Amino acid sequence: MGAAAPDAAAPGAADPPDGPAPAARPLPAPLLYINVFVVATCGLVYELLAGTLGSYLLGDSVTQFSLVIGLYLSAMGVGAWLSRRVDKHLARRFIEVELAVALVGGVSAPILFVGFAEIAHFQLLLLGFVTVIGILVGLELPLLMRLLQGQVEFKDLVSRVLTFDYAGALVAALLFPMLLVPELGLVRTSLVVGLGNAAIGLWGTWLLAPHLGKRVTGLRVRALIVIAILVGGLIQADHMSTWAEDRMYADTVVYAKTTAYQRIVVTRGPSGFNLFLNGNLQFASGDEYRYHEALVHPAMVAGDHPPKRVLVLGGGDGLALRELLKHPSVEAVTLVDLDPGMTTLSTAFPPLAQLNRQSFSDPRVTVVNDDAMVWLESAPANWDVAIVDFPDPNNFALGKLYTKRFYRLLKSKLAPGGAVSVQATSPLFARRSFWCVMETMRAAGFVVHPYQLAVPSFGVWGFGLARAEAFEPPAHAPAVALRFLDDDALGAMFKFSADEKPVPVEINQLDNQMLVRYYESEWRKWQ
Amino acid sequence: MGPSRREFVAMLLGAPLAAACGGGGARTIEGSLVETGMGRGHAMRDLRAIPAVPDGRWRRTGVIVIGGGVAGLSAAWWLRRNGRTDVTVVELDDVVGGTARGGASSVTPYPWGAHYVVAPRADEAAMVALFEEQGAIEGHDAHGDPIIDEALRCRDPDERIWYRGRWADGLYLSAGASAEDLAQLARFDAAIDQWATWRDAAGRPAFTVPVSACSTDPTATALDRESFGAWLDRQGLTSERLRWMTDYACRDDYDLLAADTSAWAGIYYFAARRRAPGSSRAVVTWPDGNAHLIAHLASKVGPIETKLAVVDVRAVAGGVEVIALADDGPVGIRAEHAVVAVPRHVARHIVATRREAGGVLPDCGAWAVANVHLRDRPRERPGDAPPAWDNVIRDSPSLGYVSATHQRGRDVGPTVWTWYYPFPEDGAVVRKRLAGAGHGEWAATVVADLARVHRDLPDLVTRVDVAFWGHGMVRPRVGAMFDLTRMSAAAPIGAIHFAHTDLSGMALFEEALDHGVRAAREILAS
Ligand SMILES: Cc1cc2nc3c(=O)[nH]c(=O)nc-3n(C[C@H](O)[C@H](O)[C@H](O)COP(=O)(O)OP(=O)(O)OC[C@H]3O[C@@H](n4cnc5c(N)ncnc54)[C@H](O)[C@@H]3O)c2cc1C
Repeated sequence: MGAAAPDAAAPGAADPPDGPAPAARPLPAPLLYINVFVVATCGLVYELLAGTLGSYLLGDSVTQFSLVIGLYLSAMGVGAWLSRRVDKHLARRFIEVELAVALVGGVSAPILFVGFAEIAHFQLLLLGFVTVIGILVGLELPLLMRLLQGQVEFKDLVSRVLTFDYAGALVAALLFPMLLVPELGLVRTSLVVGLGNAAIGLWGTWLLAPHLGKRVTGLRVRALIVIAILVGGLIQADHMSTWAEDRMYADTVVYAKTTAYQRIVVTRGPSGFNLFLNGNLQFASGDEYRYHEALVHPAMVAGDHPPKRVLVLGGGDGLALRELLKHPSVEAVTLVDLDPGMTTLSTAFPPLAQLNRQSFSDPRVTVVNDDAMVWLESAPANWDVAIVDFPDPNNFALGKLYTKRFYRLLKSKLAPGGAVSVQATSPLFARRSFWCVMETMRAAGFVVHPYQLAVPSFGVWGFGLARAEAFEPPAHAPAVALRFLDDDALGAMFKFSADEKPVPVEINQLDNQMLVRYYESEWRKWQ
Repeated sequence: MGPSRREFVAMLLGAPLAAACGGGGARTIEGSLVETGMGRGHAMRDLRAIPAVPDGRWRRTGVIVIGGGVAGLSAAWWLRRNGRTDVTVVELDDVVGGTARGGASSVTPYPWGAHYVVAPRADEAAMVALFEEQGAIEGHDAHGDPIIDEALRCRDPDERIWYRGRWADGLYLSAGASAEDLAQLARFDAAIDQWATWRDAAGRPAFTVPVSACSTDPTATALDRESFGAWLDRQGLTSERLRWMTDYACRDDYDLLAADTSAWAGIYYFAARRRAPGSSRAVVTWPDGNAHLIAHLASKVGPIETKLAVVDVRAVAGGVEVIALADDGPVGIRAEHAVVAVPRHVARHIVATRREAGGVLPDCGAWAVANVHLRDRPRERPGDAPPAWDNVIRDSPSLGYVSATHQRGRDVGPTVWTWYYPFPEDGAVVRKRLAGAGHGEWAATVVADLARVHRDLPDLVTRVDVAFWGHGMVRPRVGAMFDLTRMSAAAPIGAIHFAHTDLSGMALFEEALDHGVRAAREILAS
């Protein structure tokens, strides 16, 4: 019957092998150890990818990593256990498993990446992938050992296979954080490693030829199909996050989505999260509290009464919401943000939801997804406080939200004695832009007190505190839990250093959009 | 039998585009051809005899205004503002507005014709009053001129131009302009500034709004005897970029090429809107264009009766008698005064004494206007000039499109674009050539034209409605501005007064308003 020697001892060895194999030609053992090595490397990379995505996207990295590792190892156990049920065509099965790992592992990160943006049960999808990959990887080693069995002495076999296995794991553990993720990003890492697996599978059709018989074409075609799918994935990967984008951000891109309105990217690094809209940093989780305390609390204590009804324009990250909900007087908050993609992310993306303390679930909060200017036209006119937190005016669509027309509209919607605060870019880096916002608010009839503070990840940042009538800037920080703002910090914010002091500017109006022009010319110098 | 779809597209946009859009095979686009009064107008024209009105169908009013366009509504508005409450407006169409009418979808209102006016100076009393009534004046500038509400001043960016596969900022292509091009532009500007500041012995400007306030000094009016093209040639202004811009201006405002436009009118376009050298008066606009002003005027006048085609107006002892065709037969209206606020070719047909007088009629050009409903915006290429209010396609016979959502600030999501196509050729020839074209032909043309600048547009279009204005606007051809027939056509005949933009020789809101208010003043003074 001419069965290969290693198979002879296996149960069911009496079955005919794949085609008429030539007299037991020994397998090239050293090359197969390389196989073991690559398989181990790839397997661990998938595990690390799953753990990383899980902890980045779902938060609580300890839980996510323990879950992923535990499940992965036990799934490998299941795979090893299942391997005994493979009786026939060991070599063929080995290659098939290899290709399956290549495919499932290779597409895992892209699918999880897209899946997070689209699917409610992300966690299940994640653990599903971990389980399937674990089982397949668990199948691989026993099959390989059985293929070499009889050809090498058992003690050598065990020692060499396990050595290569653990060495592969070490290489994966080093490559993953040092080379793969920084250079390729998560999505491409997954696809490239999948390609590695598939290449090994294809190579295997030659290496294991003695055990495969003649019918290898089918296997090779399958290998090529898997490779084609993964290469296709690499080409498509640009839709998820571009190559340039992965390299542009210092930290790992863990979430990227192009909504109808903008590109939202979340990165994760040693110091925490960063949220970018169209490539511009919106906040860094490490120091955003300074920005948001400064944005919100001065306005909350600048009005005549403790505010009950508060309007937030922009601020889809929910961080301004978090701050103003600390005030017990607040009864109702309406947040108007153009992009449902942003407000949904802030609700459904656990790390962000933790950062904003689930503020979107607060029953006092109503979310409206509309253009703030269009919405304001028909809005009620009873807001005690309005917090205006739009992205910087780097295009005309945003520039209109800083015009005299806009501020007039806003002023007409305030309750008597109400107060407003407006984020107004940097008085240091974009000095004319900052003062243009202040003067435009004044031209709209507001009495404005400009203020500024340092936010390390942004630089010096400026705001305007305004009311329809003359008022003094507040002297006391509110009695709510704050990290940055106290009476001293509050007082200091209203003082400007010599290099930030007012410069002559034109008023930003709908038909001149001066601010966009100032902003472009000023920021160009810093980029 | 009208032309096939492919022939039609080829006729309007050229053969390559017709081939590219697949002609007859293109999918059908939802929408309809909008009635612009031609049905009832032609029925009226083809009437053999003036129908007799049964006794029971005669009524009486103080002043009857015939025609619910800008001129007619302004006359009625001004009469009311000055205490005459017994004014009735009759309009042939289903809706008022004439060529300044508008429409609306659930997304936005949009124009069917006129889409902007120029901010008035302090001495344009009626225009200023119209803005004041709407609370749309936010202050006064150093010249004492009103500053129109920022929300109505055309939002920046106002224009961009498609050229060689890119959108560039503004209307004049400055990228790639040679030193000579720029020198010529500067010389052109200087020449316009000179005319903008020119005054006659009596201190009247050569170019101002309205035309009736312009100097009739021969130094200025001599410009009417040559074409704008010839005038530019004489100044040595031959730069292709400049000539494209001046041609565009003539097509946009006058439905003519510069070579056929009166030089006086050509200079008027540029000079009359200058406030001081180098600075223009603001462009004022609404999502539905001048239909917004129509709605305001219509809300301020007395009864308006639509679907009433006036077929006869005659002076009788003690006033006028008007006969009109309602859907259910003829009706008669007796009044002390009538304001005939219809185009001159219609006035000639319905006013008894005019019918007899004969004479040359002013030249009228045709327009096609389409409203293109989009469920989302086409993709924009990074680095291109961003979407503007007016988006001009440089090498198209169309003028491109105006976005109805731009002014309000809705920059994403569904919108309506108004596409304009002038026919600078002979109006009669155009009307004949296009007769029989159905909605399918028009819609295919509109989409083909827009798809060349927005490739993903066809999939975003949900509806295309098209209006064909056969007699869209009066045109200031050479010699037409200071033509005696025109100038005398505005004179009242007894109690019959005349108001229409074509009495100015050019089609502008301000001109129609000027004549409406003048007719009202004639009545108030009598
Ligand atoms: C495509 C297009 C774009 C334009 N864009 C601009 C622009 O941006 N800015 C600008 O200032 N101007 C623009 N114009 C010109 C502007 O629309 C006109 O100057 C102005 O609206 C003319 O008003 P009117 O009342 O004089 O005439 P019309 O609009 O012609 O009004 C006459 C009215 O009389 C009615 N009528 C006719 N016959 C009878 C009858 N027998 N009985 C009863 N009623 C009758 C008609 O139905 C119509 O409603 C544009 C014109 C066109 C065609």
